[in-house]
Amino acid sequence: MGDLIQLIVSGVATGAIYALAALGFTLLWQAAGVINFAQGEFVMLPAFAMLFFGAAGAPLWLAFLLTCAVAMLVLGIGFKRVIVDPLIRHGVIPLVIATLGLSIGLKSVVKATFGAEARPFAGAFPSDQFAIAGVNLSYADVGTLLLAGAIVIGLQAFLNKTITGRAMQAVAQNTESARVLGIDVPRMVLYTFLINALLAVVAALLITPTYLAKFDMGDAIGQKAFFAAIIGGFNQTRGALLGGVLIGVLENLVGYYVSPAYKEGVALMLFLVVILFRPEGLLGKAEERKV
Amino acid sequence: MSRKHCAALAIGLVAIAVLPNFLKSYGVYLMTLFCVYLMATMGLNLTVGYAGQMSLGHAAFFGIGAYHAAILMKLGWPLLAVLPVAAVVCFAVGLAVGFPALRVQHHYLAFATLGFNVLVYLVMRNEQSLTGGTFGISGIPRPSLLGVSFDGNLAFFYLTFVSVLLLGLVLWWLLRSPWGRAFAALRDNPIRAESLGINITAYTLLAFAIGAACAGIGGVYFATLVQFIEPAPFHVASSLTMLLAIIVGGSGRFFGPVLGTVVVVLLPEWLRFMQNWYLAVFGFAVVALMIWLPGGLLSLPERLRRYAK
Repeated sequence: MGDLIQLIVSGVATGAIYALAALGFTLLWQAAGVINFAQGEFVMLPAFAMLFFGAAGAPLWLAFLLTCAVAMLVLGIGFKRVIVDPLIRHGVIPLVIATLGLSIGLKSVVKATFGAEARPFAGAFPSDQFAIAGVNLSYADVGTLLLAGAIVIGLQAFLNKTITGRAMQAVAQNTESARVLGIDVPRMVLYTFLINALLAVVAALLITPTYLAKFDMGDAIGQKAFFAAIIGGFNQTRGALLGGVLIGVLENLVGYYVSPAYKEGVALMLFLVVILFRPEGLLGKAEERKV
Repeated sequence: MSRKHCAALAIGLVAIAVLPNFLKSYGVYLMTLFCVYLMATMGLNLTVGYAGQMSLGHAAFFGIGAYHAAILMKLGWPLLAVLPVAAVVCFAVGLAVGFPALRVQHHYLAFATLGFNVLVYLVMRNEQSLTGGTFGISGIPRPSLLGVSFDGNLAFFYLTFVSVLLLGLVLWWLLRSPWGRAFAALRDNPIRAESLGINITAYTLLAFAIGAACAGIGGVYFATLVQFIEPAPFHVASSLTMLLAIIVGGSGRFFGPVLGTVVVVLLPEWLRFMQNWYLAVFGFAVVALMIWLPGGLLSLPERLRRYAK
């Protein structure tokens, strides 16, 4: 029983990180109709940026803040201006292909400059364990859970309670009406890109201690983020959270009770089951097709 | 097709047929590899270019074909028996993977095939008793047909070359048939096609499954070409390369995959000196291509003509 609870807690913690990446993915899709196949690399790059600032002597908190600033500039504004803006009018597929190319390009640049070996990354939380009622939990898991949870709740509050957040939701739901109502649509879309970049940095901070900083670390994270977003419901921010946590927990359980070799296949199986029985995702609403 | 195009095609084919006679064995190997990948990418073009679907798991079907060939040919099966088995298995698996995804939406097939490829890769790596795990399967024989052995590199090249031509002809005929024209209608305007009575889901699913079968056939030739297979060439990364090959060449154009396969199979060999940077340049070049020339390299002449006017 102790094992089970431990597996679930660490699964929820990992899942919360998937959810952060998935959340950015969902927000981009809603507000700008963008499917970003380089989402995993958007997590990998900040990990290397933090290592870089760390090597230059910055403590972790400073490295994190600097990385946030750089990420907003490059992965937020830069990504939007250089890649999304010129491509979005051609429809979804050219943009998907471009982000696939971007993903390969970024991975190869990191591999060519930093090498192919995995680098250790000191986490924000100590990896020691402590016991509550006979269950061993690690500070890292609990810390990750609390931080990721706080960010998701904070983001929800921002989207639902503030005027800017509600304007962003209006843009996501119906761009045309939002424009008629006098909402500055391009600005709201830009905010979405900035939030996506920030979420990626936080996900990098939390997941790199376990995944290690490596040029292809984004592959697994990116895939989990897509699946989490679809399982939860592509058009619901809460869905990303549910999808992420479900994948995290099931992966842990399958890895422990069935076979560690097939842990990576869990997200796919869950995805197939969900689209067979509930195509709009667990929390999603079915979308009407526009002619 | 105009007379000029026919002449160019004939010259190109003769050049490819004659060239390996003047190459060292590694050159012959590369030309054969080019033909092998071309079988797979031509199939993928059907899915991506004609049916307008994204498949990110083509290397998985390529791998399924290769492992079938490796296992069956080591048991002494002839090539002509292995090919239909691999094609039918890939076709059936393609239907099974495509069905749930295509029921929902366009981009879901991309995710489903991506996940499928991850799963197939895991099976290849972990089911040691069947696939040899990371050690792979070695000692796959070269085929012989009607008593003629294709053991030699040059002989095997010609076998592969003729096979890819035949496959190309079949696909050409398929696309010219009324059945193939429905594909184009579907890609260009799915809603209109549906209102004209084309069953979108069935057609897209078929296009995807036929593409998968082509990859399976390519995989069979791949296994008997390299004679040793392990999971690495069937990773998701290879699927992405195949997809990008189609796009770079010009998706939805019959000769798009030919040019695209040159870019991803032969070009890296000529640009060896770039080492790790080749992929980096390739990745960013794809981004640039999407921004400035979304129709792929083969759309360049049309584009230039339009500028000239």
